[in-house]
Amino acid sequence: MNASDYKLQVEDIHKRYGQHEVLKGVSLRARAGDVISIIGSSGSGKSTFLRCINLLEKPQQGRILVAGEELQLKAGRHNGELEPVDPKQLQRLRTRLAMVFQNFNLWAHMTVLQNIIEAPVHVLKIPKEQAIATARKYLEIVGLKGVEDRYPAHLSGGQQQRVAIARALAVEPEVMLFDEPTSALDPELVNEVLRVMKLLATEHRTMVVVTHEMGFAREVSNQVIFLHQGRIEEQGDPRQILANPKSERLAQFLSGNLK
Amino acid sequence: MSGPWSIHRAAAPARGWPPDYVLMTGYFLTILEGAALTVAVSLASLLLSILLGLAGASAKLSGRKTLVAIATLYTTLVRGVPELVLMLLLFYGGTIGLNSLMEAMGSEATVDIEPFSAGVATIGFIYGAYMTETFRGAILSVPRGQMEAAWAFGMGRLRTFWRITLPQMIRYALPGFTNNWLVLIKATALVSLIGLQDMTYRAKQASAATREPFTFLLFAAGLFLLYTWVSLWVLRRVEARYSLGTKRGQL
Amino acid sequence: MNWDVILDPATIQLYGEGLLVTLQLLLSSLAVGAWLALLMALALTSQQAWLRRSVGAYTFCIRGTPLLLQVYLIYYGLAQVEWIQQRWDDVWPWTHFKEPFFCALLAFALNNAGYTAEMLAGAIRETPHGEIEAAQAMGMGRWAVLRRIVLPSALRRTLPAYSNEVVMMLHSTSLASTVPAMVDVTAAAGRIYSDYYLPFEAYMAAALIYLCLSFALVGLFKLAEGRYLAYLAPRRH
Repeated sequence: MNASDYKLQVEDIHKRYGQHEVLKGVSLRARAGDVISIIGSSGSGKSTFLRCINLLEKPQQGRILVAGEELQLKAGRHNGELEPVDPKQLQRLRTRLAMVFQNFNLWAHMTVLQNIIEAPVHVLKIPKEQAIATARKYLEIVGLKGVEDRYPAHLSGGQQQRVAIARALAVEPEVMLFDEPTSALDPELVNEVLRVMKLLATEHRTMVVVTHEMGFAREVSNQVIFLHQGRIEEQGDPRQILANPKSERLAQFLSGNLK
Repeated sequence: MSGPWSIHRAAAPARGWPPDYVLMTGYFLTILEGAALTVAVSLASLLLSILLGLAGASAKLSGRKTLVAIATLYTTLVRGVPELVLMLLLFYGGTIGLNSLMEAMGSEATVDIEPFSAGVATIGFIYGAYMTETFRGAILSVPRGQMEAAWAFGMGRLRTFWRITLPQMIRYALPGFTNNWLVLIKATALVSLIGLQDMTYRAKQASAATREPFTFLLFAAGLFLLYTWVSLWVLRRVEARYSLGTKRGQL
Repeated sequence: MNWDVILDPATIQLYGEGLLVTLQLLLSSLAVGAWLALLMALALTSQQAWLRRSVGAYTFCIRGTPLLLQVYLIYYGLAQVEWIQQRWDDVWPWTHFKEPFFCALLAFALNNAGYTAEMLAGAIRETPHGEIEAAQAMGMGRWAVLRRIVLPSALRRTLPAYSNEVVMMLHSTSLASTVPAMVDVTAAAGRIYSDYYLPFEAYMAAALIYLCLSFALVGLFKLAEGRYLAYLAPRRH
């Protein structure tokens, strides 16, 4: 397969904080409709890797290609971190990748509707009425019709996360990035978010999900990447590697013993 | 009229008691005119202080050593020198300094710094330092995730600051901002000392002319209290507007 | 720029005298103001509504009007009251109203007291309720609780804000230069300016003096905070 067949291609990411190396050469390739789960214990670098994809964290080494277009990077002055050659290209590519955060990060001073139309109107320059119609469509898909004039602080965690998902959907991204989307939620609220994510998967959206939810990884994703101490320890079809892990560390992780 | 609270009347115009109300009203009106000037000075200084405050806060938060050093020097200087001294330095020293500078550059022109500009420049400069600290604390109070979400959706630095950081920062900045403003309006009284005919200047003149210091000084004081009261009312409305969408702590 | 005049012994002496006056004003205003503030803070936090309201009105007026107006009110206003004028030649304490230093001191002390009282009252109100309850449970009466528990705690917690107020007071003493015949540092600079027509150098020298004084004060307060607020510092061992 050549480059343009992949929606997202991330090659050989190295990231260190000071002298401490957290990512030691991690790669990922996603085709259209792939749902890739990244699992691993805390400190394995999975969130850092995800945040390198849209350059919220800056790696020291690596390549990032979104729908065949490569983000031009150059060495920067701070600890050798890579920086974008053209900040406008980075901004444009970021609109092709939407992120859903662990702590939702909805803009507190804006209503639900304003949160969802903010990027479409001000970054993608979509006319406001069209953006509002799209926003309402996605609010209904995530099951939140009728809350559009409420403020995030007045919603439950599960509702806020679903609004965040609608906000990500509204920019019609190539690939959606989920950074531990259910980790900050009370157990009763986790399911409503997972339900929405399953729905998106059945619609053949391309998703990269960092998660602790093994059920989701096993049943919904078609590829699982297991990270350990900054390296890919094992990857493949979830039905195979989660049921019959080849590496000892993955076996330990799954049985809850990995330190 | 004797007794503890009668005001000395030795040099009053020979019109007897009660005092000439026409004359008095005239003085009250001129003090009110001065009040308009006071308001003008305070608002102009506020604008300057906000601009300097935003610049100073960005400098301190930028992380670049030179910028941080300049901003720290600025705030240290302002906190270490009295407002009156800075104002006199700028007004008297500034005119001569600027003229020497122009002479050194070979120009024949002379510059005259008039009291209004000197007053606004000084007060704006001083309160810019206090605003720097207020804005810096407010920007740091906005959770980082808010900006990260904006960046993740492709917003650039300037747009993120304008649409996301600034509106939220206002809420955190308001208490400190209100305090700085209330202190600023009182500081404007100092411009009377460099000859600007504001409220305080005219009140003092009226007191001296009519030998009724209490009347006019208390009138001016009352006007300041009114100004304070109105400011607090306006700023409370602003705070309510910018607190939409936040949860108040329950007691 | 002509710095020779500034470094001339006569000039240095003038600044030195001004410095003495400034320090005298500062220390005496703080001394008088502190006691007044303590009494007013107790009034502001008392159970009696009339006490709270009257002192509250006082602090509102002091904090809502410029210090310059307050200086004028005392020097020009009070000093022109006939009743006082009749007595200020022989009856103590009214004799003091003839002296410019006293008028300036009174204005600064009253101003300082107003601000400090509110700070202290705020700290008293924020005393952790549990500490008061524990004292009451041990049988301490109202005054004992105040003396042994509330005030020591509140005075310590006011220290950071008070340090700001002290520096503000130092800066405020420069307004003494508006009172005729008072020669503090700022007035000294004014004298040099009018004598030699060197405003920049004169006020620059004054600014430097105030800068050094401010640093000294801030340093002293940091030491005091280190000693008296040590119990609030983060854990180090």
